[in-house]
Amino acid sequence: MSSLHKIGVFVCWCGSNIAATVDVAAVAEAMRAEPNVVYATDYQYMCSEGGQSRIREAIKEYGLTGVVICSCSPRMHEATFRKAAQSAGLNPYMVEIANIREHCSWIHKDRMDATAKAIVLARTALAKLNLNQPLTAGESNVVKRALVIGGGIAGIQSALDIAEAGYEVDIVEKTPTIGGRMAQLDKTFPTLDCAACILTPKMVDAAQNEKITLYTYSEMESVSGFVGNFTAKIRKKARHVNEDLCTGCGLCQEKCPSRKAKNEFNMGLNTRTAIYIPFAQAIPNVPVIDTEQCIHFKTGKCGLCQMNCSAKAIDFEQQDEIIERQYGAIVVATGFRPISLERFDEFGYSQNPDVVTSLEFERIMNAAGPTKGQLVRPSDGKHPHCIVFVQCVGSRDTSGCGKPYCSKICCMYTAKHAMLVREKYPDVEVHVFYIDVRTPGKNFDEFYRRAVEQYDVDYIKGMVGKVSSHGDKLQVQGSDLIADKQIIIDADMVVLAAAIEPDPEVRKIATMLTASIDTNNFLTEAHPKLRPVESPTAGVFLSGVCQGPKDIPETVAQASAAAAKVIGLLAKDKLKRNPCVAHSDEMLCNGCSACEKVCPYGAISYMDKEFRVPGPKRTEIRRIAVVNEAVCQGCGACTVTCPSGAMDLKGFSTKQIMAEVDAICR
Amino acid sequence: MSIEETKKEYKPLIVAFCCNWCSYAGADLAGTSRLSYPADVKIIRVPCSCRVNPLFILRAFQRGADGVIIAGCHPGDCHYTSGNYYARRRMTLLFSMLDYLGIERARTRVEWISAAEGVKFSTTMNEFAKTIHELGENKKLEDLRCKELLK
Repeated sequence: MSSLHKIGVFVCWCGSNIAATVDVAAVAEAMRAEPNVVYATDYQYMCSEGGQSRIREAIKEYGLTGVVICSCSPRMHEATFRKAAQSAGLNPYMVEIANIREHCSWIHKDRMDATAKAIVLARTALAKLNLNQPLTAGESNVVKRALVIGGGIAGIQSALDIAEAGYEVDIVEKTPTIGGRMAQLDKTFPTLDCAACILTPKMVDAAQNEKITLYTYSEMESVSGFVGNFTAKIRKKARHVNEDLCTGCGLCQEKCPSRKAKNEFNMGLNTRTAIYIPFAQAIPNVPVIDTEQCIHFKTGKCGLCQMNCSAKAIDFEQQDEIIERQYGAIVVATGFRPISLERFDEFGYSQNPDVVTSLEFERIMNAAGPTKGQLVRPSDGKHPHCIVFVQCVGSRDTSGCGKPYCSKICCMYTAKHAMLVREKYPDVEVHVFYIDVRTPGKNFDEFYRRAVEQYDVDYIKGMVGKVSSHGDKLQVQGSDLIADKQIIIDADMVVLAAAIEPDPEVRKIATMLTASIDTNNFLTEAHPKLRPVESPTAGVFLSGVCQGPKDIPETVAQASAAAAKVIGLLAKDKLKRNPCVAHSDEMLCNGCSACEKVCPYGAISYMDKEFRVPGPKRTEIRRIAVVNEAVCQGCGACTVTCPSGAMDLKGFSTKQIMAEVDAICR
Repeated sequence: MSIEETKKEYKPLIVAFCCNWCSYAGADLAGTSRLSYPADVKIIRVPCSCRVNPLFILRAFQRGADGVIIAGCHPGDCHYTSGNYYARRRMTLLFSMLDYLGIERARTRVEWISAAEGVKFSTTMNEFAKTIHELGENKKLEDLRCKELLK
C-alpha cells in the first residue's frame, strides 16, 4: 500500500518566522531522500495564493497521492491546505501538517537544533501520511434555531440580530428579568446617556419579536449533541406566578408583608418583598416569589398576595418545568459580576457602609435606586462633602488576592462618577486614586480630560493603603507617587472600583458545552485575533464579557459579530461532519461492550450479525459493536478500551500514531 | 571522542502526546509567546488524552525514548467531557507497572495544560527535559533490535 504513495513535501519559510531559525532548504533536501517522497520544495509563504497554487500544480504534475506541509500549527492552516489539495483533486484528508513554527522555529534559538527537529517533525508527518486513508465527510442537518444563554445586553443584541435574519432564537436568563448589568447602570460613558433609556427599548424589542422566546428565571440543565444539532434542557424555575394570567399590576408586591430580603438589583442597599418584580421596567413584567423569604412557603400561613390578585395568577403549587429543545447554534453571553472584596480588608468595605463598590454607587446615583438618585451616605443618609474613588481594586493584581488582568471599564466609569457628582453637587470634593488612567476608545480620553479640566476632579497617581473610620469620617491614607509623599484625606464616602470577573455560572455552562475556559474563567476564543467570537467547540459562540472584559459598545459589537456567525451557520442546510470518527472492525469485535461504557456520547450500539464460518454450521450469529458516525465526536476513548483491537479511530489510527512514535524515536 | 564529551552531547529523546483542544493549543501559545523549551521534546497530536494507548508509551520506550509525557485538558474541562479522566486512570496503572519494570516514575508524566497556559506548557517541558537529562538514557525497555532494524 505505502509503496504506491507519491508524496510531495512543501516547506514554508513563513517569511523569516520559520526560515530565520530553520534551514528550510535542508529540510526539503532531507525529505527528498525519504522513501515515497517524489517532490520536495520550499517557498516563502505556503498559505499565500502562490504557495497554494504550487501545491495544486505539484499534485497534478507528479500525480501526488499525499502532501506533507511543514508550516505553522494545523490549528491555523490545516483547513486552508486541505482545501487547496481538494481543489487539485486530492482527498483533503491526505494532507498532514508538520508544525515547524509554533513547535519549532519560534521556541528554539539554535539553528542546528531547530533544523534537526524540523526534519524529525516532517518525517513524523510523513510516517503518519503513509498510513492515511482518504476520508469522506458525512453530512448532517442544521436545526434552524439558536439558543442564547444570558439575557444581558450581549444576549439581547445577539438574539435581536439572529431574529432579524429570520431565525428562531431562545434566550435563557437565570434571573427573573432580562436586562443584565446594564439595567443597573445610571448613565453610560462617554456620552452620558441614561442606560435605561437605551436599554429598555431593546428589552421590549426582544420581548415583542415573534422570533424570540424568553425563558427568564430559567437555568441550563444540560446540553448534548454537536454543531447544527444540539439538544438543550432548560429548567424553567417555578415563579409561583402564572405568566399568562398576571397583568403586572404590582398589587401583590404592595401587600406582601415579608419585606426583609436583600434587594439584589440594588446591590443589597435596600430590601424588597418576598414576591417581587426586580425593577419597574423588568421584562417580563411578572413577579417571582422568593420561596426562602415567603411566609406562605415558610409557615403555610399568609397568602395575602393570592387573596389580592384579581387575575388569580398566584400559584403556590407551580413546579419547575423542564423544556427540551433542539438548536443549531449556541451563543454564550453569561456576563460578569464585580469580585467579592472580602480579601481587601484594607479598604474596610465589610466594616463600613460608607465604603461602597462602584456598582453600588451606580445604584445610589440612579433616580430609580434606593435613594431616588439623592447622593447620600448609606450609613446616616447625610450628604457627603468629600468622596474618594479608588481605582484598580483587585485589578492588575499579581499578589493573588485579586485578578491579574485589567478590568478595562473602571477608568471610564470612575471618571463618569466623578463627573456626575461634580455636575450635580459642585460642593462635593472628589479625589481619584489611580495607577494608570487607561482611556483607549472613541471619545474616551476627551471624556477623562473633561473630568479633570472642566470638573476639576483631583486625580492622584498612587494607591490607597488603608481606609479607617474616624468618628463619622473615613480616613483615607494613600501615597501620591508624583509628589512622592504620603497623604491623608478625610472623606465621607469611599468608592471602590472593584475588578470584574466572569459570572461563576460560566464554569458550569462551559463544562456543559465542552467549551474551553482560561485560568481567569473567561471563555477561550477559537483564535485570539482571527476568530474572536467563536469558541473552539464548533457551533458555540461568545458574546460579551464572558470572553474578556469589555465596555458596552464593544459588547454590542461582539454580540452582533457572534450573531453574524450564527446566521452564517444557520443559513446552511447541511454541515460537513468530522470524518475522523471511530470505526469497529467487525471481524475482530467480540461484542464485549467495553467501548459502549466509555463512550461519552452514546455513539456505540450493538447488533447481531450473521458471519460465514468454516465447518458444518456454515454461519454463526455474533454480537458486534456499531458506531453511529453522526454521533461520534472522535475522542478515541473506545479505541484504547477495546481489548480485541477492533476499535480504531479514522485519521488517528493506532498504526498511524505508532508510526509517528517510531519516526520520532528513529 | 572522550567520555566527557559524549556525556555533554547527550540529548534526551522525549515524546509528548498532546490533546488537540487544550495542550496542543497550549503548546501553540508557548510558540506564539516565544517561550522556549528544549528541542528534545517532540509533540504528537492526538484528539484527546484518552486516545493515548498504553501501547504507544511502551512502543516509545522500546524504540529508545527517554521520557514520555501526556498532556490533556484540566479535569472537568475535557472537550469530550470525560476523556482525561480515562487517561488519568489508565496512566496511573501503566506508570506504576512501568516503575515495577524499572522505568523510573520520573520518566513518565501526565500534566493538565489548558489552551491558555503557554507558560505552563513551557515550564512543564523545561522541567521534564531537565529531569530526563538528569536520569540519562533509558536502557531498560529499549529493544536494540528495533533500533537496528530501523537504521
